[in-house]
Amino acid sequence: MSKKGIETMVGLFVLLGLAGALFLSLKAANLASFGERKGYTVSAKFDNIGGLKARAPVRSAGVTIGRVKRISLDPKTYQGVVTMEIDEGVRFPKDSSAKILTSGLLGDQYIGLEPGADDKELAGGDVIHQTQSAVVLENLIGQMIFNKAAEAGDSTEKKHEPAK
Amino acid sequence: MNADVAVAAVGARTLRVLRSFGRAALFFADLVLHIPGALRRFGLVVRQIHAIGNLSLLIIMASGLAVGFVLALQMYYALVTYGATESLGLIVNLSLVRELGPVVTALLFAGRAGTSLTAEIGLMKAGEQLSAMEMMAVDPRSRVLAPRFIGGVISMPLLALLFSAVGILGAYVVGVLLIGLDSGNFWSLMQSRVDVWRDVGNGVAKSFAFGIVCTAVALYQGYETEATPEGVAYATTRTVVVSSLSVLAIDFMLTALMFSTP
Repeated sequence: MSKKGIETMVGLFVLLGLAGALFLSLKAANLASFGERKGYTVSAKFDNIGGLKARAPVRSAGVTIGRVKRISLDPKTYQGVVTMEIDEGVRFPKDSSAKILTSGLLGDQYIGLEPGADDKELAGGDVIHQTQSAVVLENLIGQMIFNKAAEAGDSTEKKHEPAK
Repeated sequence: MNADVAVAAVGARTLRVLRSFGRAALFFADLVLHIPGALRRFGLVVRQIHAIGNLSLLIIMASGLAVGFVLALQMYYALVTYGATESLGLIVNLSLVRELGPVVTALLFAGRAGTSLTAEIGLMKAGEQLSAMEMMAVDPRSRVLAPRFIGGVISMPLLALLFSAVGILGAYVVGVLLIGLDSGNFWSLMQSRVDVWRDVGNGVAKSFAFGIVCTAVALYQGYETEATPEGVAYATTRTVVVSSLSVLAIDFMLTALMFSTP
């Protein structure tokens, strides 16, 4: 093959490789939603954060408006401190509340923000005071089994009574 | 057998192994030192990218497509029992981008391009072409070895990226077009859970490392071959064995380093 032909082929190969990289990063990964990450950070303390992880979404009314930036433990109150970054364009009242929710029954956990009614708005570095911890499935199941057992105990007692 | 003879045999063997390690390291350092000289004659590098990259394209993309097909089918059978079929694309994507893309590409590369490099250089050596070049005051390391090295190192990440991309498209064909999963779920789960730098970037870093290892091993085996037909045959075999094993070992170490935190 002539020198020119080889150069064209190599050029095509490199372009094809770059197209693959572009496809992987735009269509099959999160680069497209990566750019406009400019926002302010607020934090919230939870008694139990469950399975929340860094980079989990922060949603309000189901719309993703930010991401969890950092998770740490408050050494004094033993509460989990969740620092989240919220998009610049979205402002919340100061008395908004934060919940840790689960998408689907066994899905990923995320933070749900519910707006309050205060006139003042949350600014960078503020703390959300009203929080609701994650629902831990094991506790729920434990509670349910306990209730069922108590019910079963009651019904067997009742059954025994007329036999007496 | 006397004890001192046995001890001497152990010592000789150890020294031989150490010497071969040292020779390989010196060869690699020499190769790296000759990269600038080869970059000045970029035409040679382009020719090697064509021989190593372009001509491997077909086998890499065909394998990527097949791996994507099979992964999607197997994952579907496994996921359908848990009703989690919507994460099919995500699982195929992560396993391709993080592991299978770089590793399978490197193994195929060792078989397709590494062997041809070893055989070519081994025959050049057997035909005394390398000595002839030295006689003409042309350094075969910057004229023959370094362009091939650069060509291999450039080609490998591109091939691995294409392998992963074609594999994901293959999974799309099986998952969405044949099985009938929702195409919106297929892409959006990937976009929300695959990170460009952490997943795709680390995969590229891996394939870059594999490119260096596979090409350097192939060139070293060719350069050090015994100048006989059996010697070249033996060196070619060793290229495949040594580069495959080092790719798998390095992959384990890199995975442990890159993905140790969740």
